Amino acid sequence: MKDNLQIEPLNLLWLQSGGCGGCTLSLLNADCSNLFDTLSGFGIRLLWHPSLSEESAQEARRIINDCVTGITRLDILCLEGAILRGPYGSGGFHQTSGGDSMMALIEKLAVVARHTVAVGSCAAFGGVTSAGCNPADACGLQFEGDVQGGLLGSDYRDSSGLPVINIAGCPTHPNWVIETLAALATDLLNPQSLDSFQRPRLYSDHLVHHGCTRNEFYEFKASAHKPSDLGCLMENMGCKGTQAHADCNIRPWNGEGSCVRGGYACIACTEPGFEEPGHPFSETPKLGGIPIGLPIDMPKAWFVVLASLSKSATPKRVKENAVADHQVVTPAAKRSRKI
Amino acid sequence: MKRLVVGPFNRVEGDLEVTLDVVNGNVHAAYVNSPMYRGFEQILKDKHPLDALVYVPRICGICSVAQSAASAQALAHAMGLQSPENGHLSANLTLAAENIADHLSHFYLFFMPDFARDFYKARPWFPDAQARFKSVSGSANSDVLPARAKFMNLMGYLAGKWPHTLSLQPGGSARSIELAEQMRLSILVTEFRSFVERILFGDKLETFASLDSESALLAWLESRKTPADLPRFLTIAYDLELHKLGRATDRFVSYGAYHNGEDNLFSAGLWENNSLQSLDIVEIREDVSHSWMEGDIALSPTAGLTLPQPGKVGAYSWCKSPRLNGRVVETGALARQVVAGHPLVRDLVARHGGNVTARVVARLLEIARVLPEMEKWIRRIRPGEPFCFNSTNLEDASGVGLIEAARGSLGHWLEVRQGKIHNYQIIAPTTWNFSPRDTLGEPGALEQALVGVKIEDNNEGAPVAVQHVVRSFDPCMVCTVH
Repeated sequence: MKDNLQIEPLNLLWLQSGGCGGCTLSLLNADCSNLFDTLSGFGIRLLWHPSLSEESAQEARRIINDCVTGITRLDILCLEGAILRGPYGSGGFHQTSGGDSMMALIEKLAVVARHTVAVGSCAAFGGVTSAGCNPADACGLQFEGDVQGGLLGSDYRDSSGLPVINIAGCPTHPNWVIETLAALATDLLNPQSLDSFQRPRLYSDHLVHHGCTRNEFYEFKASAHKPSDLGCLMENMGCKGTQAHADCNIRPWNGEGSCVRGGYACIACTEPGFEEPGHPFSETPKLGGIPIGLPIDMPKAWFVVLASLSKSATPKRVKENAVADHQVVTPAAKRSRKI
Repeated sequence: MKRLVVGPFNRVEGDLEVTLDVVNGNVHAAYVNSPMYRGFEQILKDKHPLDALVYVPRICGICSVAQSAASAQALAHAMGLQSPENGHLSANLTLAAENIADHLSHFYLFFMPDFARDFYKARPWFPDAQARFKSVSGSANSDVLPARAKFMNLMGYLAGKWPHTLSLQPGGSARSIELAEQMRLSILVTEFRSFVERILFGDKLETFASLDSESALLAWLESRKTPADLPRFLTIAYDLELHKLGRATDRFVSYGAYHNGEDNLFSAGLWENNSLQSLDIVEIREDVSHSWMEGDIALSPTAGLTLPQPGKVGAYSWCKSPRLNGRVVETGALARQVVAGHPLVRDLVARHGGNVTARVVARLLEIARVLPEMEKWIRRIRPGEPFCFNSTNLEDASGVGLIEAARGSLGHWLEVRQGKIHNYQIIAPTTWNFSPRDTLGEPGALEQALVGVKIEDNNEGAPVAVQHVVRSFDPCMVCTVH
């Protein structure tokens, strides 16, 4: 680990394109006393951010241009939002005030950036902006859905040899972003730190299922049937927590939250293509009564046997609570003793 | 005449460019361009109706819950589904948490940093404003960022996470609240109250909310003994005469906000010619004469069309031009408080018309008015009673969802045919405020508010007064062009 006091500051430029800005808003929920101090503590200097910096208009254009021309060294380029290639490949669905399309500007910046970071599933894979008929012809920096390529092409490497770093999620968890930037700043991120979709393994080596508070219901296949039921959301409600790569239930969101804790299915928002699941988001597609999407690493036959066994052994408490919005049967307590 | 293109216009949510025609040092005409198009209406076509609850919050990271709430309301309307009282309370709390956090973010992160620009270095308040509000390095960040993040822990309990929740359902909330969580919610709101009373208002919320006129506001300002950020703003605002800046149409619309029994906490209506009138949403049309959108006639959103037409002659924005009875209206916290009848805000508008100072005061006033209501809503939750009613009955129906986001009136119009979304049209707050000209050539609200603004020579094409006016609307461009 580098002693970050000894090195020059790392210049970070953050741009937004075809997205909602939600990853920035999520970042403001970060678990730090002052986000800006945390970044500067790792030697990261925020050159410009569209929501947070003072400079507007020409002042901002000059900062960005100086990165393109090399007057300012660009250490970390963060893009939030998808690349909008339409209409007809022109990039005109997002025009910048400097004259370029945002698509063209990002291509220029990615060439000079020491690291290129896709913040959120839109910038990584296209995300929700590429859903439906993909009206804006959106794609990610180095992926289009689960296909390598995207704007920069599968061969793209930054000047340190890394591909685009995909901090996927819709939105991203604030700490995924901060930890990835901190790892970059301290030279602790290498190609082995990324998974096959180039997501930092510091969060993608887990499944959303890990730490799920509905685990007892999952164990017994005691399933929810409607919104607000306490039961497991996998069998009927579309939950992909056993397949989605992220640590949302190990380190929750906004204090003590997560999607499944909020009463709704994990929609696997860290996975490429999550925006078009091929079924209604809140319904589990099944074949012969068995969910099509099974837990990762679990053969179907095992699942079927285990499910039928555990269903037959479900305690009354778990069965009844699964279809209620509060505990109708509480765990039995031992009887108190009399003297 | 000089033409000035101001962009990228930052510290607004999303992308914005403003073109100004300047004559004799004043803005003669303004053209507001929303330079990005994504196409959510097209994305939603033929989707399962309930899938809208996944897509629409992702229109916007800052109005995410407002988008969810509008969609849930439109679906409930189409399904004929009511929500239990706990569901209403949860929905109120979730939307209020977002709106209050947005007001706080707007004030500290988007709006105030402009007073820390070197441009103002000769003003007596400058050293204090620079130390306090400078973007990134100002001392306010260390107070506000952690307090805001802590307050947003409400979302962890109520909505799973923020932004982008699925807790808000047509029949209520998918997240039931137990007694321990109810107490946690109370603690978070109480902590946040003491934070804003100490740092922002320098006074009890109830005291500020009870100010009933501009003279009462000025007397209150005069009586401040300890520094706080709202008094700091008022000192700056009166020094710079921001109440004379940024007047638009003075026609204000609110859809009404926060379910409160039979009525809303803030009532719906149209404020025009200094009087309150009923709001007839049937009279809304979307003009596209100056938008890069297909179509010739202004359509009702119930039969609306959102199809891009790049390169359209005469167009200069991806934003449409919604009009009410053919007229331009302004929406936002100022509009909401004028319509809801708050005496201070009514007095500010009666004296000066809509303006930069009044828009900021109305936003902060809402923090003072809504936080105490949140405390009451939390106490009214009944753990053990239902939070959500359920229905899956949605084949052929239409519905409307009308919500007040932090920055104004948000409407969703939904039509379902054979169990699929046939048409989904969205009119966002900033679509109203930042619309381009219409067929009659009448400029949108911001375009009107910018006319007459004095352009100084010495700030590199980003005139600071223009920045105050634009940001006073708290624009959300990602919603605008969805």
